[in-house]
Amino acid sequence: MSIPDIMSLLPMEILAGGMLFTMLLIAVKRNHVLAFTCTLIVVAASLISVLSIKRNTPHAIGELVLIDHFGLFYQALILLATFAVVLFSYISLRNFFPERRKEEYYLLLMLATLGSAMMVVSTHFVSFFVSLEILSVSLYSLIGYYRERTIAIEAGLKYLILAAMSSAFLLFGMGLIYSVEGKLTFHALATITPTLSPASLMMMVAGIGMMMTGIGFKLAVVPFHMWTPDVYQGASSPITAFIATVSKGGMVAVLLRFFMMADLYRFEKIMLAFTLIAILSMLIGNLLALMQSNVKRILAYSSIAHFGYLLIAFVAGGEVGPQAATFYLTVYIITILGAFGLITIISQSDAEATSIEEYQGLFWRKPFLAAVFTVILLSLAGIPLTAGFMGKYFLLTAGVGKSKWLLAFTLVISSVIGLYYYLRLIVIMMKQDQDTISSAKVFKFSSVVGILALTVIGVLILWLGVNPGWLISMVNSLP
Amino acid sequence: MILVWLVIILMGSGLLGWIAGRWNNTLPRMISLAGTLGQLVIVASLWLGHDQNTGWGAWITSYTCPWIPAFGIQIKLAADGLSLLMLLLTSFLGVLSVLVSWKEIKTKVGFFHFNLMFTLAGITGVFVSFDLFLFYFSWEVMLIPMYFLISLWGYENRTYAANKFFLFTQASGLLMFLSILGLYFIHGRNTGVFTFDYEQLLGTTMVPQMAFILMLGFVAAFIVKLSTVPFHSWLPDAHTQAPTAGSVILAGLLLKTGAYGLIRFVLPFFPEASHQFAPLAMLLGVISILYGAKLAFAQTDLKRLVAYISVSHMGFILLGIYAFNEMAMQGVVMQMIAHSLSTGALFIIVGALHDRIHTRDIDQMGGLWTSVPRMGAMGLIFIMASLGLPGLGNFIAEILILTGSFPAHKVLTIIATTGFVASTLYALRMLQKVFYGNERKQWKMSDFGFREMGVMISLTVVTIWLGLFPTSVLQVSKASVQKIIEKVNDTRAKESEAGQTAAKKIDTRSIPLTTLRKNENLKIELQNQN
Repeated sequence: MSIPDIMSLLPMEILAGGMLFTMLLIAVKRNHVLAFTCTLIVVAASLISVLSIKRNTPHAIGELVLIDHFGLFYQALILLATFAVVLFSYISLRNFFPERRKEEYYLLLMLATLGSAMMVVSTHFVSFFVSLEILSVSLYSLIGYYRERTIAIEAGLKYLILAAMSSAFLLFGMGLIYSVEGKLTFHALATITPTLSPASLMMMVAGIGMMMTGIGFKLAVVPFHMWTPDVYQGASSPITAFIATVSKGGMVAVLLRFFMMADLYRFEKIMLAFTLIAILSMLIGNLLALMQSNVKRILAYSSIAHFGYLLIAFVAGGEVGPQAATFYLTVYIITILGAFGLITIISQSDAEATSIEEYQGLFWRKPFLAAVFTVILLSLAGIPLTAGFMGKYFLLTAGVGKSKWLLAFTLVISSVIGLYYYLRLIVIMMKQDQDTISSAKVFKFSSVVGILALTVIGVLILWLGVNPGWLISMVNSLP
Repeated sequence: MILVWLVIILMGSGLLGWIAGRWNNTLPRMISLAGTLGQLVIVASLWLGHDQNTGWGAWITSYTCPWIPAFGIQIKLAADGLSLLMLLLTSFLGVLSVLVSWKEIKTKVGFFHFNLMFTLAGITGVFVSFDLFLFYFSWEVMLIPMYFLISLWGYENRTYAANKFFLFTQASGLLMFLSILGLYFIHGRNTGVFTFDYEQLLGTTMVPQMAFILMLGFVAAFIVKLSTVPFHSWLPDAHTQAPTAGSVILAGLLLKTGAYGLIRFVLPFFPEASHQFAPLAMLLGVISILYGAKLAFAQTDLKRLVAYISVSHMGFILLGIYAFNEMAMQGVVMQMIAHSLSTGALFIIVGALHDRIHTRDIDQMGGLWTSVPRMGAMGLIFIMASLGLPGLGNFIAEILILTGSFPAHKVLTIIATTGFVASTLYALRMLQKVFYGNERKQWKMSDFGFREMGVMISLTVVTIWLGLFPTSVLQVSKASVQKIIEKVNDTRAKESEAGQTAAKKIDTRSIPLTTLRKNENLKIELQNQN
């Protein structure tokens, strides 16, 4: 390891070191605020180190890791999302977690972030798999962290079994690919395939197909989506937000990198499978969301559809495809963070406000929060003046530019279906209050911080909806 | 820059009104009134100030600045005669819609006016956007607030109506967006310049089949908005359930954006494909005229009745647009304005009635003239306007359309003319059932007050003005209409020319009506030669 190597891995080192430090701190003095502050500082420091790394020179460390502009962008995204998740976690833990052991939560959170941050810069099956497992294992316990709630335990267990299963598939796929040529780096795959015999070619395709299962599981696209609603519902809102942003975002980065470096766009069958997955995700996600009456489940199904949309850009590929996917993901991360943060803050009693009835008349009880939620929902629906519209536009540009008319058409149809449930939520919020829920809520410091974060998110969504130029040029500068 | 201000004023007063609504119910109304009046003043000064002879090809006013340069998206606002007329209409109806909801809207007043103003801002944007991305953007911006207007302040079945309205328009709008993207890419590949600029995209050449498919995307959006018959079913629901101001804007402005889109985008972008599509479009237009009239005759819900009158009148617009000549097109422009006023007025009357007696059922009414003579008189005027009484705006419009489309398609025009008879039937039935006849119930209600009479009288004056001095309007739109008509027929002629070297040279600068006849002669000639 040379000094430049160490420097370019600094964000991950800060995370790992900070986590160890926090662990020691907990051993010395168990204090929620202290652990929370410490975590915030670690994440912020890591973020600063990401921003300070020279971006224009890709730096490879062995064959395992490649620190380039693309990876750094995703790392920054992941750390920003984690920052927001930590903020919301504090509120959530204070309000809903009766037990005294709150501090370990932050350790797990940092560990999961570390996994995801490693994943986006990995260029080798080994580093990819190891970081994925770091992420997954931390997530098992985070999902089930509220262990007095059976629903959380159920969700954690479901996630554990299915994630372990999908990891097995992923490993098997990697094994098959390895057995063909004995290479484990992404870019090695780009060169070996032309000379393959039909039998090994089939093995190769089968291997990639198996890997798709693992990747599809993490992205929660149809037909690997079964866990999503239950886990979304069972986990606490900040953790749900974490899954939706950090975990899925990291996987998108790997997917893009893997397919670009290994040039897997050559395999028409694979791309056909992805096209199918995209279409099914868009339609099924939106259709199932129509029937839900739990806000978290609605968001879960909508996330399935959203990653279906994102796959359009991925399938389109070329130069614009990854850019569109990155742009869309950024917008989605901002939006969904807002959504789950809002659920955390709105919740009044010892349980989270997830049933749709609890949102009735929100506009007249808490106009500001309701307005932010409206903006978020409109952005998810892809309505102009919000960032979501620009994201959808970018996706359609990528799709139509590569003549993926079927995908573009499905996007159009399914987003019309999707509109229905977003609008239903908005209308419910605007209905006259039933006066069932008392609106008396003390303004605590923690809520102030949360509301501040939501304000930033809301403004960002609107700003990106009106003036997305800066993010577009940022995304366009990625390789 | 003045056009940017139009949008900013509306959006700003909407936001201000919303905030003000937290303390006071009257304040949002005042702010919105001020905003719409401001728009009216600006547009009127534009109208009075512009030189009617500059028309050919030049904008009255325009504003361009880059928005998202990476995609060739710009903020390009401009107005020619046609846009100017639409702006006048928008600002006029804007003021009226604020006035008619003064007493009707009692809950969430601030948010109501926010939505009202944003709808108007979106409509204004649609009429002045000359960048296709911006156009679609505005197209969407006018939808969402309208959805809220219906779903929050509407009548008993509002959620259903609002959803139906939204899904119809949104789905068709997205199809249009796909077409816009298609156009964008085809132009980009042809020329290397990726842009959404209207004028640059105008000359895009493409394979005829592609042009036809792309045209269908646009047509889908506009025809749904225009509520042409197979796609009209959202309209009666939305109109019936919307609050009065919503109905006025729906009928008066939102439907017109469909017509405007057809004239402004479909014809110039896809002249050849439009010619192919014309017979079907005219047929749909005629079906709308008759079917709408028939259904209007059969309604017992007064608001629904007026809604079907709209369907019928929009049929004339479709017929006129696809006749491809100046006379019919001028008639269409006239119809857009006249129909907005007459139907808007009818919706105001029906809304006022509903406010007073809480029913829209025509069977519950009857003999109302004795208790509300002023309302009755106003009803008489605008029902007569709807059936096309000479001297009022609608008559001019329909005569122009029918005369204009006769050379284009004789049989369909003759059938369409029977729409006059049908309109007499539904209009007179409506008048008879509501204001004349025996009193079924002893309704106690107040007549139109000062504010309502002000609204109605201003509408009456304009309608009569349109009927007596139509040239004052037609002159404004003349240049832009001629330009569009020439563009459509010109391409047609050129292509025929290219096909047949022996074809006679056509003077493209001649009056469009004669151009059309020459075109027909040309066709006959071609057939003879073949």
